[in-house]
Amino acid sequence: MCDSSLLAVDSLWELFARAISLRDYNTRVVLGGTTMLGISGGLVGTFLVLRKRALAADVVSHAALPGIAVAFLLAERLAPGSGRSTSVLLFGAFASGLLGMAMTLAIRRWTRIKEDAALAIVLGLFFGLGMALFTVVQRTKTGNAAGLSNFIFGKAASMVASDVWLIGVVSVVIAMLCCGVFKEFSLLCFDEEFAAARGYRTMLLDWLLTLMAVTVTLIGLQSVGLLLVVALLLIPPTAARFWTNDLKVMSWLAAAIGGVSCAGGVVLSAAFPKLAAGAVIVLSGAGLFVVSLVFGKERGLWPKWSLQHQFEQRIGRSDLLRACYELLEPIHGSRETTQESLTKYEIDDLELLAMRQWPSGRFQKLVSSAVRERLLETNSTGGYQLTLRGAAEARDAVRRHRLWEIYLLTQTDLDPRLVDRGADGIEHVLDPQQLADLERQLDSHLPQGIPPSPHPIAGAAIN
Amino acid sequence: MSLFAPLQTWTSLDTWIILIGALAAMACALPGCFLLLRRQSLMGDAISHTSLLGIVAAFFVSHWLVEANVISPATELSVRHVAMCLGAAIVGVLSAWMTESLQKFGNVESSAALGVVFTSLFALGLLLIRAVADDVHIDPDCVLYGAIEMAPLETVGASGIPRAVFVTGVVLVINLLLTVMLFKELRLSAFDPALATTQGIPAHVMHYGLMGVTAMTLVAAFESVGSILVIAMLIIPPATAYLLTDRLPRMIGLSLLIAALSSVLGHVSALTLPTMIAESVGIPDVHDASTAGMMAAAAGFLFVSAMLLGPKYGLVSRVWHRLLLRLRIASEDVLGGLYRFEESAAASADVSLATERAAWLRSLTTQSWLTRLATWVLLRRRWLIGSGSDVQLTDAGREAARTLVRSHRLWESFLAKHFVLGTGRFHESAEQVEHFLDPALLAELDQDLDRPGVDPHGRAIPN
Repeated sequence: MCDSSLLAVDSLWELFARAISLRDYNTRVVLGGTTMLGISGGLVGTFLVLRKRALAADVVSHAALPGIAVAFLLAERLAPGSGRSTSVLLFGAFASGLLGMAMTLAIRRWTRIKEDAALAIVLGLFFGLGMALFTVVQRTKTGNAAGLSNFIFGKAASMVASDVWLIGVVSVVIAMLCCGVFKEFSLLCFDEEFAAARGYRTMLLDWLLTLMAVTVTLIGLQSVGLLLVVALLLIPPTAARFWTNDLKVMSWLAAAIGGVSCAGGVVLSAAFPKLAAGAVIVLSGAGLFVVSLVFGKERGLWPKWSLQHQFEQRIGRSDLLRACYELLEPIHGSRETTQESLTKYEIDDLELLAMRQWPSGRFQKLVSSAVRERLLETNSTGGYQLTLRGAAEARDAVRRHRLWEIYLLTQTDLDPRLVDRGADGIEHVLDPQQLADLERQLDSHLPQGIPPSPHPIAGAAIN
Repeated sequence: MSLFAPLQTWTSLDTWIILIGALAAMACALPGCFLLLRRQSLMGDAISHTSLLGIVAAFFVSHWLVEANVISPATELSVRHVAMCLGAAIVGVLSAWMTESLQKFGNVESSAALGVVFTSLFALGLLLIRAVADDVHIDPDCVLYGAIEMAPLETVGASGIPRAVFVTGVVLVINLLLTVMLFKELRLSAFDPALATTQGIPAHVMHYGLMGVTAMTLVAAFESVGSILVIAMLIIPPATAYLLTDRLPRMIGLSLLIAALSSVLGHVSALTLPTMIAESVGIPDVHDASTAGMMAAAAGFLFVSAMLLGPKYGLVSRVWHRLLLRLRIASEDVLGGLYRFEESAAASADVSLATERAAWLRSLTTQSWLTRLATWVLLRRRWLIGSGSDVQLTDAGREAARTLVRSHRLWESFLAKHFVLGTGRFHESAEQVEHFLDPALLAELDQDLDRPGVDPHGRAIPN
């Protein structure tokens, strides 16, 4: 294996270059058609995913199999040689795909079986029947060469120009239709009752959406294969959802992701003929999905995580500074604390640690990040001192905490022993407007400057 | 050619095929019952796709072990079988976990999450299998469609018993044991997960355990029978049984029976049906069809039969029972009407009454077919005599009519006593309820109302 691949490098590179530069007419044609397919799949899929119907497309594609076989057999019987025509096969696929869809609806409507099982039943039944019919096809004289199995695994390269034209034209029509009824479809997805109340024919719209999904699924059979074609409708919108909360943006993004993954898949599989086009298309989509999952602006994991991390940092910082303030407060005695006076005293890190039950690792991290941000500084004896900026922030934090404590003590029936904990949770989310409101409301209870703590402070009591 | 001609060449090979099919199908039906009840039917389908990745990984591992001289080529096959089962179980559980994580951390809707995971993993498996197919002698077609026809040829030692019988038999026994031992836990967590959790049954262990068992069963089975049969047998027999009974133990038993029956029906029809149909439409040279496909189709046939003919939930029986009920109501209305005319005739000698009665009877014959049918049935039963617009109650008919009118008037009295309704409303309610009051309830009503002689309209309540 190693030898052959070494030898093949040259020709492989050449193949790759050919594919990338689109020197082959065939690659160009296939690329164009499949990209259009990906775009329309992304558009239709957006609505399908929002209606939680995407897996129905999987059932449709599996259900198409017996139709393809029957169409082939009948066409061969009526006019020998016509069985391989794409339009004949697609017509059969369309008929039996719709039949499968109708059967799932019938099972859901007339039995007590739930949707998921109805889908699984129809999938198993039609796929089994299709396989049985396929073996029959293979045993007929012309069946062997029919290449019907391309429908199962997909083979973009086997498409001829007329197939691609069919796919391209149908895709464009579907994409245009999607844009045309965009408003109606969005109403259908988000508030079906409202749409019905506004006089839209929701039943008709639902059928239109289903019909469009079935069509995209079936024209995708040849390039992606029936086992994976559902991914065209499913992956791009699901990936796009991570980036935005706006339906319009989401659908364009889904179309773009669909187009890019299809184009990438076709190019890669043209460069490396061993790679099945369908699988490569799906995997390019999956790659974009993972990128969206991690980096997506609205729902992605990284933005969510970093937001949370920043918030935790802010909380830790203000807790640390408040502890510094409360440690230094008794030293001032009856004198008022000022920004300058707070910076004059040294803070012992063991005493600081005792103010609050920090895990020691977290404490170290908090202190060093405070030093880094110049809120604390180390002095010549190795202790810590607040900087002017740190002192100002510390006073703010203490003020927020105590205002809320006083509010809880004077305006609510909360147990005085609980106010410290209550204030701990809320102090970090008080915005300036709320602080001003609090001050106005508590006017009669407030001394000038920073109010004294209404309860003994834990760490200070130990000293 | 007779339908059963192909069966004259029946050999022990055919018996083995049926046995292997039945064992595999039964092994799948067991976890399938619980998947169906937990509404995770599509999970089984998804796992059967993603297992491909596990299988490929197992091929890599066993191949690598031989290359590295860790195991001898002679033992490679048995190592590979174990590795395949393990690999598939791991990938199965992994895909379940990925689906759940996508739902939890990515806010992706459950069916979309499932679809994204299974298409991506399946595409990866497909790609790998294609990339290494030349080295490891693995045929994706074979994994997907199986080769149940060939399975009996590979026997164990000199016993003459096919290896596949052992494999599927062992899996069936393991699944049976698991089902029996964990029956209580499985049942509780399927029907009421919240209650199961409060009783200390860990939901996660049950979920992932079921997924692991399903994946292992699928792989063991589809090594010998192909994944199509497995997808079908996982859900279709349990769903069929679900339509036939309300008891879980009976459902499990029935699904095993249906699975075995589909195997027999499937193989027999694979041998006979295609020839017959192909000959009748004039396609020569077709002798049989894929047995696995026909077994799946047979299971689907049994499902459709249960859906139509099931004793309690079947469509036919439901339509029939509704028809009977409507017929009873229609004939009771005819009897009640006649009785009221007799009553009025006895009370006054008004001549217009006779013309009114004749007009009413004429209207009956021009009314719905149901009323006409009801009148015909009443005449046949000799509760009415005469014909056309000249019919009279017989003694038996009068007795039935009296009970009905008694129900009607007792109910009106009951409503008058206990509800504050306008008098006009009594009649409509009584018109519906009169058909459903049984003797015991009538006696209770009678007692509650202190055996009233007349109804709220002042008409006598017959005894």
